[in-house]
Amino acid sequence: MQSHAPPSGPATSTRPAATPESTRERWAAGAKEYGVFLFRCFRLSFVGNRTYHLWMLGLTVVALLGLNAYCKQFVSGLVTTGMTDQVSWGMYIANFTFLVGMAAAAVMLVIPVYIYKSKELHDLVIFGELLAVSSIIMCLMFVTVDLGRPDRFHHLFLRFNWPISMLTWDVLVLNGYLLLNVHICGYLIFCAYQGRKPSRLFYIPFVFLAIFWAVSIHTVTAFLYSGLVARPFWNSAVVAPRFLASAFAAGPAFLILTVQVIRRATAYQVPKQALQTLRNVVTVALTIHLFLLGSELFTEFYTDSAHAASAKYLFFGLEGFYGLVPWIWTSIAMNLTAITLLYLPGRENVTRLNVACVLMILGIWIEKGMGLIVPGFVPTPLGEIVEYTPTLNETLVCLGIWAGGLLIYTILVRVTVPVLTGELRSDRNGIPEPK
Amino acid sequence: MKQTRRSFLRRSAAAATGLAAVAAALSPLRELEEGQMPDLEGFLQKHYKEMSEEEMVRALERIEARVEKDYGVRAQVSDVRAQDGVEFVYALNLSRCIGCRRCVHACVAENNQSRAPEIQYIRVLEMPRGTLDLEKGNHHYDHPTVPDDDHYYLPVQCHQCANPPCTKVCPVEATWTEPDGITVIDYDWCIGCRYCEAACPYWARRFNFTKPEIPKEEVNPRMSYLSNRPRPSGVMEKCTFCLHKTRNGELPACLEVCPVGARKFGNVLDPESEVRKILEKKRVFVLKEEANTLPRFFYYFDERYAAGGGPEPGGAPNHSLPADDVPKGSAPAGSGEHGEHGEGG
Ligand code: SF4
Ligand code: SF4
Repeated sequence: MQSHAPPSGPATSTRPAATPESTRERWAAGAKEYGVFLFRCFRLSFVGNRTYHLWMLGLTVVALLGLNAYCKQFVSGLVTTGMTDQVSWGMYIANFTFLVGMAAAAVMLVIPVYIYKSKELHDLVIFGELLAVSSIIMCLMFVTVDLGRPDRFHHLFLRFNWPISMLTWDVLVLNGYLLLNVHICGYLIFCAYQGRKPSRLFYIPFVFLAIFWAVSIHTVTAFLYSGLVARPFWNSAVVAPRFLASAFAAGPAFLILTVQVIRRATAYQVPKQALQTLRNVVTVALTIHLFLLGSELFTEFYTDSAHAASAKYLFFGLEGFYGLVPWIWTSIAMNLTAITLLYLPGRENVTRLNVACVLMILGIWIEKGMGLIVPGFVPTPLGEIVEYTPTLNETLVCLGIWAGGLLIYTILVRVTVPVLTGELRSDRNGIPEPK
Repeated sequence: MKQTRRSFLRRSAAAATGLAAVAAALSPLRELEEGQMPDLEGFLQKHYKEMSEEEMVRALERIEARVEKDYGVRAQVSDVRAQDGVEFVYALNLSRCIGCRRCVHACVAENNQSRAPEIQYIRVLEMPRGTLDLEKGNHHYDHPTVPDDDHYYLPVQCHQCANPPCTKVCPVEATWTEPDGITVIDYDWCIGCRYCEAACPYWARRFNFTKPEIPKEEVNPRMSYLSNRPRPSGVMEKCTFCLHKTRNGELPACLEVCPVGARKFGNVLDPESEVRKILEKKRVFVLKEEANTLPRFFYYFDERYAAGGGPEPGGAPNHSLPADDVPKGSAPAGSGEHGEHGEGG
């Protein structure tokens, strides 16, 4: 089996030096080539085996159901959700928060590749960054569906309360991160497609920028919550570090699963070593995450001040309201099981690793929504307890966005793999288009 | 040849199915009411602070037309501005308040809040004596008569903070504090992110989760841009100290209706005003002082109770009034006798 040609592999460009092109012509040719590339990718996204088609069809159906639910919400307003004046943020913001975390997964891989020069992760970075791109797109969709007046979105451009409002920071860093990642992976993939060596100047600085940027998207999102004096549950300095730790666990865990799907479904061979590196990342991150969670619980419950009301509600229930208790303990059980599985001897066991990853992703997802966002609102600043249950319509919107995001991610991975394996190549250098 | 034709047909069929599915998904949009989406002029309307005089006039006309269309009422919508040398302050006498919730309902009637689902700006907490811990308060007390002897009553509404956390977080500057100290919202600018609602330590903000419903005969036709005009769906609203009244020298609706005179309101910059006297002479306090919001809403107990932190059971006001679940109009006028409780000033 022919192994793939990494983008940084030997330059295969054989452009004859005898035909000096003017800059304009070169640009025109480049644009045309890029157009052809996009068109081929578009066509390719419809090509696949039966499983692929079923998967895509399923995702499309769910995405359309979500769109339908969102249209209903658009017409009637946010009454279609379970949110109230008491619990004024719900599933939308919870999913948003979780996905900001996923989006940073890419960096965790970038660091070993570019700082420790770990070769086997090189292509994984591309998959990680594609994941970042899809996650950020989902984030933006989740914020948009949460708005009461999406038709006034342009007000953001007219009166932007920067730098005072943390939300404006979030808008900036999220969109910036999206652009950075689109640039990096777009450039690397296109170079691979052209069969030439990427110029370091065009991506290495951006890669390093992206590392800092990824930390910033978390930190800013955490500050969104921790900066509110009205919400003692969020008003804690450990929120930002906890965000980072949990994200660095959930993101790479998702990649571990993706990589195996790619290995099964395509000719692309992810090196075994890569999985082990990812596994180490996940293990360390999850450990730190659980440690921070423990410190927070200690502070909340040992001091036993009146401020612990939200935490009490979350873990043990308050005044007869127990809505979140089963969720949070499920989440903790999942995370503890995951960490145990990771620390057990026998590192080669892939099934066990997968189980740990699934548990960890679910556990962290629950913890972001039911464990962080919702309890911040219970009890209210005036001490009232109102519970939150998402409605069917709201759930459909969430599922729709997830399906849309997975659709995007699948297509991105689908077209990237043949580029990396060399099946899809520019014909400009005389390589014929593959059948 | 045949091969390509068949595959062409297959692809067209797939594309048609796809389009039909998308159309079906979008179909709820057909129920959008006319006028629910802004027209071009509404879409281009500027932020309150940026509108010229003519633009404001046109905006007010648009609102009047909208109100007429939606509620069948000819309203007078004005844009009352803050006056120089005025800073409004509220003071609430907790020794007097009997928890009858009349202020809650007067506020709803005055400010054209949605009746279904009902939006209320004022929340009255029934507090056990001897504590200010809001978590111990009962929001949904429901006795045949009030006050209940073992409790005192703590009404909470927007505190019009001098250091408001709510305006800080708004991404589009749709909410701000006016020169006379009132925090307002431009309902035509708010994008409905509800960040300010999460940021308010007094739970003073309310969101329009759907289009407000107000029966035609209950609409208050005297409206202003920044206060009580009916709000669109999907935006935030809150108490504005009835600025359409108070900026014209009147008193807020909640004060006017209070049967025991527990509520005092005025310009703190005026040395002769009652609120100024209260602030100088009474032992006033604010809620959640540690949040450093610097409220313009003060609470106090009458002097004779001040040492004990609250009225003793025996010393509680000896009148009782029906609670708000009693039909309107059946309230005995029992407030006259309270005039003699002087302010001690
Ligand atoms: S009480 Fe709440 S809404 Fe009112 S000014 Fe203060 S923070 Fe803002
Ligand atoms: S809900 Fe409206 S007023 Fe409140 S922060 Fe968002 S845009 Fe500003």
